[in-house]
Amino acid sequence: MGMTMTQKILAAHAGLDSVETGQLILANLDLVLGNDITSPVAIKEFAKLNKDGVFDKDKVTMVMDHFAPNKDIKAAEQCKMCREFCGANDVTHFYDVGEMGIEHALLPEKGLVSAGFCVIGADSHTCTYGAVGAFSTGVGSTDMACGMAIGKAWFKVPSAIRFNLTGKLNKYVSGKDVILHIIGKIGVDGALYKSMEFGGEGLSSLSMDDRLCIANMAIEAGAKNGIFEVDDITLDYLKAHNAAEPVIYKADEDAVYDEIIDIDLSAIEPTVAFPHLPENARTFSEIGDIKIDQVIIGSCTNGRLEDLQQAAEILKGRKCAKGVRVIIIPATQQIYLDAMEQGLLKIFIESGAVVSTPTCGPCLGGHMGILAAGERAVATTNRNFVGRMGHVESEIYLASPATAAASAITGKITSPWEVMSK
Amino acid sequence: MKYTGNVLKYGDNVDTDVIIPARYLNTSDHKELASHCMEDIDKTFVSRVQQGDIITAGQNFGCGSSREHAPIAIKASGVSLVIAKSFARIFYRNAINIGLAIVECPEAADNISEGDKVEADMDNGIIRNLTTGQEFKAAPFPDFVQKIIENGGLMESIAKGII
Repeated sequence: MGMTMTQKILAAHAGLDSVETGQLILANLDLVLGNDITSPVAIKEFAKLNKDGVFDKDKVTMVMDHFAPNKDIKAAEQCKMCREFCGANDVTHFYDVGEMGIEHALLPEKGLVSAGFCVIGADSHTCTYGAVGAFSTGVGSTDMACGMAIGKAWFKVPSAIRFNLTGKLNKYVSGKDVILHIIGKIGVDGALYKSMEFGGEGLSSLSMDDRLCIANMAIEAGAKNGIFEVDDITLDYLKAHNAAEPVIYKADEDAVYDEIIDIDLSAIEPTVAFPHLPENARTFSEIGDIKIDQVIIGSCTNGRLEDLQQAAEILKGRKCAKGVRVIIIPATQQIYLDAMEQGLLKIFIESGAVVSTPTCGPCLGGHMGILAAGERAVATTNRNFVGRMGHVESEIYLASPATAAASAITGKITSPWEVMSK
Repeated sequence: MKYTGNVLKYGDNVDTDVIIPARYLNTSDHKELASHCMEDIDKTFVSRVQQGDIITAGQNFGCGSSREHAPIAIKASGVSLVIAKSFARIFYRNAINIGLAIVECPEAADNISEGDKVEADMDNGIIRNLTTGQEFKAAPFPDFVQKIIENGGLMESIAKGII
């Protein structure tokens, strides 16, 4: 029986000729990731084994991004624990304030992930690296500890849903609208335990930043991983970032899918996910006047350069509405620098927005923009669960950077098409 | 392994942000995490939960973040077993890896009410509602997973050379 892309990568990493859906395997890992919240738990678990060191100092990475720069004393203690562990184990890729960025923007940028890799990360959005044709999935801290110790993880081989992309995105519509549209269609458990495989002729119109955003939110449909077919855009990106030599896996012609879903990119409109689930997707014909208090543009989903460019195009020469707090967070130091050189930061500040150092911060209600009871935010982040960004009575509306920027100007949830047609 | 306890019942898509809000993730202390367990979905949980209690829930329990703090908080609260219609996959493997017993059984999740007394025998997958007398059958774990649980978790299994 034919295999999907994911199944082929898993088979290769388990040393098997083939695998089938439901099979339990032990796979070799190319990279093991943790952050300042999940790594401390993993470090404590790792200590139980009394190992001399990690399995490969070049294949373990820790990124201090969630509550960093340290938001309080406890957060500082957690980062200190990670710093000391990486120092003692001579971990090559330890990223602290000054070098760090939001992990899922940082790792592809640093060339640490490549096509054909098998990656685990103790962060649910580790599925982001499927954008470069890797099998990559979020796990917990104990899996991370196991990965650091023996360089392996156990997996149940997933089945897959295939998404055939056609057409081309309209202006001011981006990867975020695509993934919110898809989650709206299949639901927050629509791909539970499964792989979401993206391919088709529409791929050629999707930039790497679009693909990273789409793969990033595969977990919001319950998926084990999201994965994109590798094309020239992928290969150019990997080369530009000095990633390891890509290994290209293609799904077999006779691969079996649970479902095949056609997505016409040209039919996708600016899309917003209403509280309190990412599946509550609506387009603007179904959205009335919704006043907002805060806008967040950033996160591992949408803090990349193209995201900031799109926001800047809309904010340029305009002012954020009075009473709306607009917080823009470039995802990495490099993105921050590029945004500065391209004049984007000037546009943001002149419009009345603030620009922060890279951090996950408000996305998970950590710091840098927490909501009070009754407040509403439009955010380019990935989850709008109850209390995710602050008080349990606050509300989060998930949207693209273009929609978030348009909403910042009007003070209510607004389509970028409306603002840019004026 | 047998579990007996009173039921605390929740709905669909209980996410890890409500199980343990991120504002408490600046610690990995089990007792401290337990003191905020379920805080954003049920403020009374911490005062009501008793040692051995069983949580039942609908679909996609534990969706969202990969934080292992979520199953840790539940386990440290004294909960002995979680029965749900389905689990989000990261929560599912985290629970197995830390040794929190969980089981998927839609019929049990539908037919057990808040406060019912339930007994679950995970060796044969039989779940009994002692309050109503109803009985349900859940699929047992695959052998590989059973082995991890029997040995006390993933790290313990590695230490014993099983993995």
